[in-house]
Amino acid sequence: MKELLVISGKGGTGKTSFVGSFAALAQDKVLADCDVDAANLHLLLKPRVKERYEFYGLDKAYIDPEKCTECGKCLQLCRFNAISNFRVDPIGCEGCQVCYYACEEGAIEMRPNLSGYWFVSETAYGPLIHAKLGLAEENSGKLVSKVRQAARELAERQGYAYVLVDGPPGLGCPVISSLTGVDLALIITEPSVAGLHDLERLLGLCNHFKVPTLVCINKWDLAPEISQQVEEFCRKKRIRVAGKVPFDDSLIEASIQGEPVVIRDPESKASKNISSVWDTVLEALA
Amino acid sequence: MIIAVASGKGGTGKTTIATNLALTLAENLPVQVLDCDTEEPNAHLFLKPTFETTEEVQIKIPVVNEARCLKCGRCTEVCAFHAIAVMGKRVLTFPELCHGCGGCLLACPTGAIKEAPKKIGVVELGYAGTIKFAHGKLAVGTPLASPVVKAVREKAERQRVVIIDAPPGTSCSVVNSVSGADYCLLVTEPTPFGLNDLVLAVGMVRKLGLPFGVIINRSDQGDRRIEEYCRAEKIPILLKIPFNRRLAALYARGGCIVEEYPEWKETFRDLWQRLQREVGYERAISN
Repeated sequence: MKELLVISGKGGTGKTSFVGSFAALAQDKVLADCDVDAANLHLLLKPRVKERYEFYGLDKAYIDPEKCTECGKCLQLCRFNAISNFRVDPIGCEGCQVCYYACEEGAIEMRPNLSGYWFVSETAYGPLIHAKLGLAEENSGKLVSKVRQAARELAERQGYAYVLVDGPPGLGCPVISSLTGVDLALIITEPSVAGLHDLERLLGLCNHFKVPTLVCINKWDLAPEISQQVEEFCRKKRIRVAGKVPFDDSLIEASIQGEPVVIRDPESKASKNISSVWDTVLEALA
Repeated sequence: MIIAVASGKGGTGKTTIATNLALTLAENLPVQVLDCDTEEPNAHLFLKPTFETTEEVQIKIPVVNEARCLKCGRCTEVCAFHAIAVMGKRVLTFPELCHGCGGCLLACPTGAIKEAPKKIGVVELGYAGTIKFAHGKLAVGTPLASPVVKAVREKAERQRVVIIDAPPGTSCSVVNSVSGADYCLLVTEPTPFGLNDLVLAVGMVRKLGLPFGVIINRSDQGDRRIEEYCRAEKIPILLKIPFNRRLAALYARGGCIVEEYPEWKETFRDLWQRLQREVGYERAISN
């Protein structure tokens, strides 16, 4: 079983539109949406949820005002400034338990923190594991790990050949959780100074975790000279450019209709280019 | 006044709004830009500040003196992040998992644990013309963005108009970026992805109790669902920017709209007027 992760560093480069189309093109796969913070893949794949599971983040501290003597020890020890007026701000609390252990009055309890849900769903293109992190929650990395683990287990149990993962933007905790141990990362970038800057940092991360990487330039014709620079940069870093996809209204139209573009408009330029990117990905995964 | 620019969905134009608003206001007002997207900071590519100082952002991680350690395992028990473990006759630490809470240090009965700083990123400070600029850069390979975001936020100078460029999403780093702002601009695009993530972002700012309004970028590339949602939810739409290939190409090169096309300053001045009215109105109803 091989695991492909689609990421971008910079947000809004087209990750989800690509994964949606790959979902339609690929045979024999489980899909996973690891952008647990702002998941979008379900908008293209229209899943029917079969199983729903609760996801608990780390327990959060709660101060019982009845028992609290306002000695101030917790205030002094909390390094996350999560306690003020002897109340814990659940958004600021990271669940470290330092206050809980330090309180001599036993006035602090650690309370379970339901911080999201994850789902096993069925789509027209195969099973999908996805999740929804509660608003303003921590621990997106842990939920990402859960989604990936569930997708891999399903693939192994039922003998699927691939796991296709839609990744989160950025390069922090949820991206690291998505990236470690995948067989291949496909970076979708855009031809802009911002895209190039973010690509460089993300390639650094892929390199750090020794993950083989391909790059695809989306909307390349919006700035052909910068697209050229991106290609040049990849050549220097010895990273293969799996393809270039032009700016194409058919992608926007497909997302409005809630369908992968290769299904909605298979003859469009975007569809043909995305199909050829997918062929390159398959070749790289083999 | 602190204005945060956030979005839910990435790539909708947060940085474009933040930088062009900053450049327009800087003609008459003291302005500060704080780029809190520490994972992928981009505002400097447009404002091109000259950086004068760099400050390290550190957390404190445990260092174990093996000679004094009894291998009792108290540290392992109290660590919520599984960042320290007694394995047979050794104590292993996992700095990439450590949040720097200091729990192990407090728990150790023999004082075998000391703390050492670990660099997790930097804050770079400088000026772009009269605009005071700071951004955070998370060290590549480090998962912990929130302390770097907080370090950037601490640079806010209330006597200036502070414009915060937030990371995408709705989780902890976004919350740390936008908390304490007087107003939050949510930049979106009129697609199902844009709406889905706008609804999440609205949930977040409401949970934080921040006044907010919406900007629709590439407003002609999609349908009317964002406008319908905003009308139903009584959320003000402060600005709509249609797609324009010239602006897209300018953005790609790292150019700023108000510098290349000064007629756009009027649009951002209007946005500022509107923002002041919205903030004034919010203050009036909360008093």
